[in-house]
Amino acid sequence: MTSTRTKKVSVTRSLLQRFAAAPYFFWAVLFIVIPLIFVAYYSFTDRDFAFTLENIKAFFTPKYLTILLRSVKLALLATLICLLIGYPAAYFIARTDPKKQKTLIMLIMLPMWMNFLIRTYAWMVLLQDTGIINGALESLGIGPMRMMYTEGAVVVGMVYDYLPYMILPIYSIMTKLDHRLVEAASDLGCNPFAVFRKVIVPQSLPGVVSGVMMVFVPSISTFYISRKLGGGNFYLIGDAIETQFNSNNLHMAAAISFVLMLLLLAGMFVMDRFSDNSSGGGLMP
Amino acid sequence: MNNSADKIIRLENIVKSFDDEMVLKRINLEIGDKEFVTLLGPSGCGKTTTLRIIGGFESPDEGVVYFDGKAVNDVPPYKRPVNTVFQKYALFPHLNVFENIAFGPKLKGASGPGLTAKVQEMLELVNLKGFEKRSISTLSGGQQQRVAIARALINEPRVLLLDEPLGALDLKLRKDMQLELKNIQQRMGITFVYVTHDQEEALSMSDIVVVMDNGEIQQIGTPEDIYNEPQNAFVADFIGESNILDGQMLDDYYVSFSGMKFRCLDSGFLKHEPVDVVVRPEDVDVVSPERGMLIGTVTSVTFKGVHFEIIVDIGGFKWMIQTTDYVENGSVIGLYIEPDAIHVMKKSEFSGMFGDYSTFSEEMEHLSDTEEPEEE
Ligand SMILES: Nc1ncnc2c1ncn2[C@@H]1O[C@H](COP(=O)(O)OP(=O)(O)OP(=O)(O)O)[C@@H](O)[C@H]1O
Ligand SMILES: [Mg+2]
Repeated sequence: MTSTRTKKVSVTRSLLQRFAAAPYFFWAVLFIVIPLIFVAYYSFTDRDFAFTLENIKAFFTPKYLTILLRSVKLALLATLICLLIGYPAAYFIARTDPKKQKTLIMLIMLPMWMNFLIRTYAWMVLLQDTGIINGALESLGIGPMRMMYTEGAVVVGMVYDYLPYMILPIYSIMTKLDHRLVEAASDLGCNPFAVFRKVIVPQSLPGVVSGVMMVFVPSISTFYISRKLGGGNFYLIGDAIETQFNSNNLHMAAAISFVLMLLLLAGMFVMDRFSDNSSGGGLMP
Repeated sequence: MNNSADKIIRLENIVKSFDDEMVLKRINLEIGDKEFVTLLGPSGCGKTTTLRIIGGFESPDEGVVYFDGKAVNDVPPYKRPVNTVFQKYALFPHLNVFENIAFGPKLKGASGPGLTAKVQEMLELVNLKGFEKRSISTLSGGQQQRVAIARALINEPRVLLLDEPLGALDLKLRKDMQLELKNIQQRMGITFVYVTHDQEEALSMSDIVVVMDNGEIQQIGTPEDIYNEPQNAFVADFIGESNILDGQMLDDYYVSFSGMKFRCLDSGFLKHEPVDVVVRPEDVDVVSPERGMLIGTVTSVTFKGVHFEIIVDIGGFKWMIQTTDYVENGSVIGLYIEPDAIHVMKKSEFSGMFGDYSTFSEEMEHLSDTEEPEEE
């Protein structure tokens, strides 16, 4: 094949590709870029739409920083627990025979098909002072324990809601893991535990990175869960946005969102650097 | 030949099936300490499976694997004194070249300058000096293959299993690496179990060649034995070029084929027993028709560099003959066959499967020679 010919082919293809991608491009501009511009615009303006830095400054006051810190703490805790539960779960699902895998993944995703308000209410019923769990504890003589309106309850809510987002990317990479590498490691002297540590864990890191981001991001900006399960004692950044929004201070709400978004982007960037997942396989590009 | 005391590996009645298809049918094989043993056979005949059973990656359905006289069927791969160069390299993509090669020694606690020096030595051995920082994904197939060899060799195992370790290399590098591997094997005193479907490689490197087909061992012997005394038509056809003729043993030292009677060196057959007769193309002398034991017409002449390869039609059977004398296409020539050029074999299931060279064409030959071991 001559080089000019190759060139021609690639030109046609890229034109074609661009053409095919046009609707997505339009969609992305309409529903992602334009709203983002609005958020930025509102962040830097006051009620009269005059330029101001007051909203941003207001974020960096103890009031909001405390809320941010609390949000980060609870989200990290939820992410960590999701990882501890999700990683082994993904590993074992990927090891079961392929026919069962489908069912197991279905079961993991099933709760996601329910409205999250209902899921949250379900946890309220479970955790209440007079709830099912306390009822059981009481009959065992351990007595009712205070579970509702604690930090623990909020974290449980987050873990329950976002666990599938941890399991799915890790599972997807585990199924693609090259079994020959496992054999090679064991050939070179690794016992099963060493194989896990030296081959399976490093290979699954891109999935872990995706999972961590996909749990951490919604966890940190969650609202409602904290209000319902935390009883308003654990006001989170998501709640703060909602409050500002409801009290019609769109500019402050936008500023909080904007700063949070920048912080998350910075975090993702660092994560991406750190994981350097050239092998891919996770859900992140 | 070694006696059974210094056999390091013994396979006894190994049977293995995948999905009800028997891929190894009662394999019996002894491998001597420090021997270079090659499993040779066409694609899909069970070479890799045999190797995987020795390595412990597959367990036999029936039969016993012995190491030093002890059954090791239940010993996992990481506890066997064996390392493997896998057919598909199986390098760790998350580690660079250095880390891949250092993987085994590190597990055993090696570190520091000692380890670095050892890895360097291995890199030099496989002709990859300066590649230590490279990531695996940036290497060519041949380079990956050589990293895989270094990664296994650095452990100085008692037995090294090599599954077509030179398959992805170009001819020149392949010849160099063949010599290098043979040197290493002798210098380090490692038992090599080597898999290939390249018969030339098998003949030139091995102490013992094991010819397999269809899950069965067809012949075990030294390269000379295998070439000069093939046990059946399959081996004769698979190793080198052969004219395989339908013949009849007349008496001890007398055999008939192509309608003529020949003296030979074989005995111990029944009188008038039907046999397969092998005559190698290079063992036939081209003479004038008057002096020929057989007379035929040349139907094709190909220049091969050192010799000519000619196809001669004798009573409808196309012979392949290699000769250094030029003959004209279409000319009538005589063939002279010395008694020691004739090899008589018992009839087998393969008899008649390998005909003459009438369908022979250069292109076909070329294709089958350069067949890559890509498929699995
Ligand atoms: N894990 C497996 N599951 C099912 N069939 C298998 C498996 N491994 C090997 N086989 C089959 O067993 C037969 C022998 O395979 P094997 O890999 O040992 O061949 P080979 O001699 O190494 O061939 P090649 O030269 O192509 O590598 C083939 O028919 C193959 O399809
Ligand atoms: Mg093979």
